[in-house]
Amino acid sequence: MTLVSPSSARAIRVGIAIVVIAILPAIVPTFVVFDFIYVAAYAIAILGLIILTGMNGQISLGHGAFMALGGYVAAVLAHNFGWPYWIGVPLAAVASGAFGLVIGAIALRLAGVYLALATFSLAVATPSFLKHYKSITGGFGGLSLDAVKAPAGVPLDGQQWLYYVTWAIAGAAFLASALLVRGKFGRALRALRDNPIAAISFGVNPYYYKTLAFGWSAVLAGIAGAFLAMTTAYVSPDTFTFALSITLLIGAVLGGMLTFWGALVGAIVIEFLPLVAQQVNAGAPSVVYGVTLILMMLFVPDGIVGGVQRLTRRLVRRAPSTPEFEPPVPTAASMAVDHSTRE
Amino acid sequence: MPALLTVRNLTIRFGGITALNDVSFDVAEGHITGLIGPNGAGKTTCFNCITRLYEPTSGEVLLRGEDLLRLRPQQISGKRIARTFQNLALFEGMTVLDNVLVGYHARFPGGFGDWGAEQGALAEAMDVLTKLDVADIAKRAVHGLPFGIRKRVELARAIMAKPELLLLDEPAAGIGHDEVTALAATIRRIARDFSTTILMVEHHMQLVMSVSDHIVVLASGKKLADGPPAAVQENRAVIEAYLGAV
Repeated sequence: MTLVSPSSARAIRVGIAIVVIAILPAIVPTFVVFDFIYVAAYAIAILGLIILTGMNGQISLGHGAFMALGGYVAAVLAHNFGWPYWIGVPLAAVASGAFGLVIGAIALRLAGVYLALATFSLAVATPSFLKHYKSITGGFGGLSLDAVKAPAGVPLDGQQWLYYVTWAIAGAAFLASALLVRGKFGRALRALRDNPIAAISFGVNPYYYKTLAFGWSAVLAGIAGAFLAMTTAYVSPDTFTFALSITLLIGAVLGGMLTFWGALVGAIVIEFLPLVAQQVNAGAPSVVYGVTLILMMLFVPDGIVGGVQRLTRRLVRRAPSTPEFEPPVPTAASMAVDHSTRE
Repeated sequence: MPALLTVRNLTIRFGGITALNDVSFDVAEGHITGLIGPNGAGKTTCFNCITRLYEPTSGEVLLRGEDLLRLRPQQISGKRIARTFQNLALFEGMTVLDNVLVGYHARFPGGFGDWGAEQGALAEAMDVLTKLDVADIAKRAVHGLPFGIRKRVELARAIMAKPELLLLDEPAAGIGHDEVTALAATIRRIARDFSTTILMVEHHMQLVMSVSDHIVVLASGKKLADGPPAAVQENRAVIEAYLGAV
């Protein structure tokens, strides 16, 4: 027997998250606030990956490229034309979304590991592309930007202001995504992931939904990239390397691919796990990082959120013969498999 | 009864193999038509051609005279044709309710109207699940459910499409003999309650003979016979196809 209804439990979790985010700058050191701006940006990008890969089964190893586009659009507009960020960020979202639709349309011909490889090449090519067009992008040296300042009359410093703005946009991104994927749209994405032949037989248009999933995912990555640029006040090709794309995917897998909470948890993990690994063993932090990833995949293959959900179910009630909702545990490998039903 | 579905001279080749060879038959509106034949006869291939999952080499598939072969596979559901699959094709990561709601996909009005239609779809899905005695597991994941329940969920999903033509691919496969009688009653009830014409591929002869108004027999990709159950049962060519030369 559950103590509260699922919708009430969700409202409580959201409420707690909002309160924690709101009071965090008052209770943690300044450098941690800075880290949490990154967490917000990563959470937005990983949210896009969860929709694309977790919900729709399309693997992207190139989301760093969409972040790069968003980051550079905002940076170029600010650096070269002096446009404010409140114009730059929406345009970054539009540019990334349009690019995502194009890539999404191309991706329709690819599935599983082939799509992963295609997006991989996108991520690999992006830094070279950015270096090549140096009259616009600043080349190797990148572009320096003015630090974000709080508007006059707002009793916050620039960093605190950016913290609240980034989290407010992250909240809006989560809300918009939740509204988008509820009902028909979300079911169509998941149906195409689980069994494309059956989904198509019931009228789900794979071209429409898969392309839109890619487009929306890229919109989110573009926004995340723009906020990354604002946070560091600097962009360069090295900001958006292939490693960033892999890190985002690691965040999505570790956080949990099946719920939006996975984006939040995954963003915290990819921001703080390297720091923790450094503290555990300063000589070989990458070993600590790697071993931690392996252990987490072994014990919580459905991500931290998935693991916590399973544990909570067992603690709250005696396990029934069939759980109320226990989807098959997705792993990175299972995401790569084409689940088409062949007659 | 006028023909709801007309299959004319349907041929499909996969490389050097002719899976269907000049097959023609009608499915009368309001009838339950059985499509039978030995393994490899081309029954499921015929379903896949009707639902456009396969591209026939030649021939026609007409629904009330409209050429279905001009449509894309995802447009077939919009013509109120739904199907089940020989090897269950459920959405494993989704709940029973969400699986069934996918059956409603083509019936949503589109645009912002979809949000308003969601509540109606939910109520209808629960109604269908209740009629098939699986409403109590609506919130459970289909993954891990017993086979018989999963078959009912797939049937519920097809019914949610409110089909004029329902294609059932081996509904009795994998279920016990005791349950076949109940399945026959369910199929008749679906045809009656939902005003649905049914075309059914099935190996279970007792089921086919008891529920079908008309039977089409395929063997090695060709139509062998076509007629009422009693006549088909007596057909010498059909007996030979099933039992070997007699």
